[in-house]
Amino acid sequence: MASSAAFSPAAASFAAVKKEFGLSRSVASRPFPSAGKSRKPASKRIVSVMAPQQTERKPAATGSVKNAMTMTEKILARASEKPELSPGENVWVDVDVLMTHDVCGPGSFGIFKKEFGQNAKVWDREKIVIIPDHYIFTTDERANRNVDILRDFCKEQNIKYFYDIKDLSDFKVNPDYKGVCHVALAQEGHCRPGEVLLGTDSHTCTAGAFGQFATGIGNTDAGFVLGAGKILLKVPPTLRFVMDGEMPEYLLAKDLILQIIGEISVSGATYKSMEFVGSTVESLNMEERMTLCNMVVEAGGKNGVVPADSTTFEYLKDKTSKPYEPVYSDEKARFLSEYRFDVSKLEPMVAKPHSPDNRALARECKDVKIDRVYIGSCTGGKTEDFLAAAKVFLASGKKVKVPTFLVPATQKVWMDIYALPVPGSGGKTCSQIFEEAGCDTPTSPSCGACLGGPRDTYARLNEPQVCVSTTNRNFPGRMGHKEGQIYLASPFTAAASALTGYVTDPRDFLQ
Amino acid sequence: MATHFHSRALTPSSAGLDPLRRPRRFLPRPRRLSLSLALAPPSPGGSIRCRPGFAPLTARTAAAPRPAAAAAGAAAGEAAKSFHGLCYVVGDNIDTDQIIPAEYLTLVPSNPAEYEKLGSYALIGLPSSYETRFIDPGETKTKYKIVIGGANFGCGSSREHAPVALGAAGVAVVVAESYARIFFRNSVSTGEVYPLETDVRLCEECRTGDTVTIELAESKLINHTTGKEYELKPIGDAGPVIEAGGIFAYARKTGMIPSLAA
Repeated sequence: MASSAAFSPAAASFAAVKKEFGLSRSVASRPFPSAGKSRKPASKRIVSVMAPQQTERKPAATGSVKNAMTMTEKILARASEKPELSPGENVWVDVDVLMTHDVCGPGSFGIFKKEFGQNAKVWDREKIVIIPDHYIFTTDERANRNVDILRDFCKEQNIKYFYDIKDLSDFKVNPDYKGVCHVALAQEGHCRPGEVLLGTDSHTCTAGAFGQFATGIGNTDAGFVLGAGKILLKVPPTLRFVMDGEMPEYLLAKDLILQIIGEISVSGATYKSMEFVGSTVESLNMEERMTLCNMVVEAGGKNGVVPADSTTFEYLKDKTSKPYEPVYSDEKARFLSEYRFDVSKLEPMVAKPHSPDNRALARECKDVKIDRVYIGSCTGGKTEDFLAAAKVFLASGKKVKVPTFLVPATQKVWMDIYALPVPGSGGKTCSQIFEEAGCDTPTSPSCGACLGGPRDTYARLNEPQVCVSTTNRNFPGRMGHKEGQIYLASPFTAAASALTGYVTDPRDFLQ
Repeated sequence: MATHFHSRALTPSSAGLDPLRRPRRFLPRPRRLSLSLALAPPSPGGSIRCRPGFAPLTARTAAAPRPAAAAAGAAAGEAAKSFHGLCYVVGDNIDTDQIIPAEYLTLVPSNPAEYEKLGSYALIGLPSSYETRFIDPGETKTKYKIVIGGANFGCGSSREHAPVALGAAGVAVVVAESYARIFFRNSVSTGEVYPLETDVRLCEECRTGDTVTIELAESKLINHTTGKEYELKPIGDAGPVIEAGGIFAYARKTGMIPSLAA
């Protein structure tokens, strides 16, 4: 039960500090950037020869603030053209990017047409990103039809960013096709600090890793945004998670977020923003930050944010040409609560069936016999996730004892699996290491069996089996079978478990 | 749980609310409900009671979803409502995969035929420990007008298919201790179900098959089977939006956006 998991004694290294005015060393030490000045090298194109606009000199954005604000409050203030905002205020927010996919796109388009008219045009054809990814490699006729509906709408509306797939027999002959929307959004440069990104998918919060406001919405809200480019939002209060200490080499961001969800429960952040700061977070690469923000919805969170820094700007360098303006929480911003971690003391985590907050240490579950391992999804199917799994297989030199399914999130991830050399392997790729370990061949990129999907979905849990998975949810029936049991884990723990046939602490192989 | 957090630095009333619940700036205030209309006695037949001329919710779900809903909302005007019927009781953290499993998400809710089909799969994802099924075999509608849940009802994905499936199956009201944010918002945006809240742990007080009445204006739930009465939290400004049939219907009705040309 949700409430019983919160504040269990297992979390000795995790202290909740309540404060009225959060003052974090890590944020305080960060120089506060002035508005209008991106750390990204300025575009060579001359944008304006006028005097700076008034909007760029608002007190809220210049640092000489009257009321301190959190990052999320600042992003929403800018998007609603307000000098300042407080949690609880309702504001109309301008949307920078709206993303939809094959599961919710057709319904959203239906509402858009019904409400704005059959001949209506979308508010901005360049701000809508449409990414088929959920039910692609299936013979389900309705699923295939839904991708056709996306294509027709994109053609009719001249949508600029549509990552289409036409030939389902071989994803590689579809150069436009990407795969899992949240990973594709980042890889294709649609995630930018300071912006507002909405998507018809609860894991849209993943993009908060770029220091932007990103959250999931339903079809009706998306139908409204398609026509109006705005949405009514309530400004959420912010919970702050300060993670300091050196990350042990057997931990991944997945362990951190499972720890947090176990601590605050699956509704602990409902209606709230979750901000991740501290030296550990600063040390994480972009894909790991995405894992952290990806699962804030599993705590009920509205959005998650990581302050943009040199890691962010480096990742964005060759991905977007649009100027962007990062914002940061003020030194005296108000946080509803602050939690502190000493990450160096944490251990590999799992979430036991049937709730993401059903936290346990991986080593506490060593007697749980498993039937299969699944590595994939927006949470655990990125390049870094496969590199991590490969590292465990490489260190052990053994073969997997249970079927191990590999579902790259996107076409880019798939290519990385086949091309990138794994560090310390003498030049071997992930694909070679996976093959030597006896894993299933990496399959076509999509959301796959993370959410079950049509019956013929690859690696769907069609029997009441026990699965260790790098995905995000383990509610009953999530991966297909209602009596199936899903242990959520990091790619390290998933790979270690594949090697033994039991839930296994990766330290058994990595130390 | 949210109660662990201290919000002294913030307005306490603001924590945990989504825009549609307290839309003071953007939506005109609803006209006052007439109390006398809310006191209609429960009907033994189990249909939804309301002012004469209001189409029962079951009728609107039988037709194409939104046009009918909008029409019903307009006809209802400022009727004060009560809902009467059998309840179906579930526990905490009922996620969207249990409400409508992902394999059925190929159905497009804005397509009337598929809307109906979605309804026939509502709550099919509940584990077999729920021996009484929500929809009887061979049926497309549920006999339970009211769903009673625990904490965090509707957590998980953002699929609007979840409140739509419940509404299409014939559910009028969900009563829970708390909701996941997106489910609450989707319920209001679509006008499919009233997501009512209560401080009482009703999922342990009521049993599937109990006959209950909900008096919306009085924010009260009466369990006729046990003879007990419970207080609910007021639905507030979200009520008129749901009654109208969702945000678009409400916005048209109140003149926020122009009516569509016929």
